[in-house]
Amino acid sequence: MTALLLRRLLGAIPTLAAIIAIAFLMTRLAPGGPFDEEQALPAEIRANLEAAYGLDRPLPVQFGRYLAGLARGDFGPSFKFRDFTVTELIRGGLPVSLVLGGSALLVALLVGLPAGAWAALRRDRWPDRAIMAVAAAGIAVPVFVIAPLLVLGFGIRLGWLPVAGWESGRYRDLILPVVALALPVAAQLSRLCRGSLLEVLRAPWIRAARARGLPERRIVLAHALPAALVPVVSYLGPAIAALLSGSLVVETLFGLPGMGRYLVEGALNRDYTLVMGMVIVYAALMITLNLAADLACTWLDPRIRRGAR
Amino acid sequence: MTDPGPGRAALRRFATNRLAMGCLALLLLLGILAAVGPALLGHDQVQLDWEHVAAAPFAAPGHWLGTDRLGRDLLVRTLHGLRVSLAIALAATLVSLLLGVTWGAVAGYLRGRTDAVMMRIVDVLYALPQVFFVIIVTVALGRSPATLLVAIAAFGWLTTARIVRGQALVLREREFVAAAVVGGATTARIIARHIVPNLLGPVIVYATLLIPQVILVESFLSFLGIGIQQPLASLGNLIADGAAEMETAPWLLIVPGGCLVLLVFCCNFVGDGLRDALDPQDS
Repeated sequence: MTALLLRRLLGAIPTLAAIIAIAFLMTRLAPGGPFDEEQALPAEIRANLEAAYGLDRPLPVQFGRYLAGLARGDFGPSFKFRDFTVTELIRGGLPVSLVLGGSALLVALLVGLPAGAWAALRRDRWPDRAIMAVAAAGIAVPVFVIAPLLVLGFGIRLGWLPVAGWESGRYRDLILPVVALALPVAAQLSRLCRGSLLEVLRAPWIRAARARGLPERRIVLAHALPAALVPVVSYLGPAIAALLSGSLVVETLFGLPGMGRYLVEGALNRDYTLVMGMVIVYAALMITLNLAADLACTWLDPRIRRGAR
Repeated sequence: MTDPGPGRAALRRFATNRLAMGCLALLLLLGILAAVGPALLGHDQVQLDWEHVAAAPFAAPGHWLGTDRLGRDLLVRTLHGLRVSLAIALAATLVSLLLGVTWGAVAGYLRGRTDAVMMRIVDVLYALPQVFFVIIVTVALGRSPATLLVAIAAFGWLTTARIVRGQALVLREREFVAAAVVGGATTARIIARHIVPNLLGPVIVYATLLIPQVILVESFLSFLGIGIQQPLASLGNLIADGAAEMETAPWLLIVPGGCLVLLVFCCNFVGDGLRDALDPQDS
C-alpha cells in the first residue's frame, strides 16, 4: 500500500511539470498582452512596464524565474488586480473554493448514494422510476442553467435564501451555491450506484449469503453495498473535475470570492500570471484528489487490498 | 462494412427503441429549425425593435417568444445560438474523430515503440484538467469561434484515440489483415482500408456521446464570457444574458436554457440507444 502510494506520488510529478510548462508556453507565445488597452500605451511606458514585470527577458529566463518563484510559493504579480500578488489571491480564494467544493461533494454523496441504492432495491417500481427520471434530468441540466433557476425560484420568487454574497460563517449564503453545484454530481452518482448495486446483487456470493439465511438488510448493507461502491468511487475523479469546473460558474454567479471567479476575471482580462497560477493550483488539486480517490478505490476492493504488497 | 448483417440488425434494434427514436426525431427537428428557422421568421438576430423591448412571450406581435432588453427577437436569437452550438459541436467532434481515429489506428497497428510514445503523449494530455486548459487556449489565442473549436478539439480526440488503439490492436491479428500484408498492401493502405472501416462501430457510439459534452463545454465557456462573444448569439451567452435579467424577464433564461437541456437530453438518449443497439449483450 505504501509502495503504491509512493509510486503514484512520483507519477504525479511529471504531470504537474507538463502542466506548468504547457501553461507557461501557451500564455507567453500568445499574441497581445496584458497591457493591450483601448488606447495604445506610449512605447516608453510600455517598455518600462514590461521591464518592471520582467517580460522583456528571453523566454527561458522568464520560465526559470517563474519556476524559482513557484518553488518559493510566489506565483508572481497579478496584472488585473494590481494591488495584489497572485499568491495573495490564491490564499484568499482557495479556502472559499474548498468549502464550496467540499460541501457540494458531501451533499452529492449523501443524496446520490442513498437515492441510487433505494432505486436499485425498488427496481422498476415507482421509487426507481422517479429517482431515475430526476437523475436523467439532473445530468442533462448543466450547472449554469440550474444555478440561475434556483436563484430565480428560491432567492427571488420565494425569497427564502440569499441570492448572492458571502460572509464567512453565514451558512445560509452557501445553501444555493452548494445545491446547484451538487445536483449534477448527485444525479450521476445515483445512476452509477443503482447500476452497480443491481449487478452486485446478482453475484453468486450474494446468493450464498442469502442461502446462509442472513437478513436482507445485512446482505445489502454489509455485503453488497461496499462492493457496489468500487465503480462509484472511481467516478470520484471525474466528479471532482465536474465540481471544480462547476465552481467557476457558481462563484461567478453568486459573487463568491473564490479562485474560480479570479480565474474567470483573469481569463477575461488576459491576465497571464493570474490564469496560470489558478490553473496550476486547480491542476494540483485535481491530481491530489484523484490520487486520493484511486487509493480509496484500492482500499475498498479486498482483492486488491490483500494482494497489495 | 463488408458484412451488412450485424449493422442492419443493430439498426433494427435501434428502430425499436422508442425513446431513442423520438429523441432522434426531435434532434433532427431542432437541427432543421436552427438551419432554416431564422430565415423563415423574418427577423435578423441583431435587429432591434424599440417598440417592443423586453416583451413577454406572445405579448408582442411578430415576436412569438418575446424580446430581450434591446428588442431583439428571442426565438430568432435562440435558433441562432442553437445553430452556433450545433455547428461548433459537430465541427469539433469531426476534428476530434479524424485526429483520434488516425492516431489510435496508427499506434495500435504499428505497436512497439511508436505505440508507446504516441500513447504516452495521450496519457500526459489526459492528465491535464481539460476545462482549465481550454480556458488557457482561449486566453492565449484570443476569443473567437475558431479558437473555441481548436481548444475543444485539442482534448476531444484523446478518448477516441484510446478506444481506436484498443480495437486496432485486436484487428491487426485477424486473417484479413494478414491476407492484405501477403497481398503486398502498404501499411498506410492497410490502416486506411482494412483497420479503420472495421472499428467505426464503437467510434460512432462514442461520437454521439461526445457531441453533448462538446455542446456543454462550449456553452459553459460562452456563459462565462470566454467563448462566443456578443453580438453573435450562442446558447451559453444567451443563458448568461437571461440570468442577468431573470428578475424582470425570466423567459430570457428559460427559453435558451430549456433549448440547451432538450438538446443535451436528446443527444444522451440517442447515444445510449445506439450503444445498446450495437452491443446487445450489455442490455
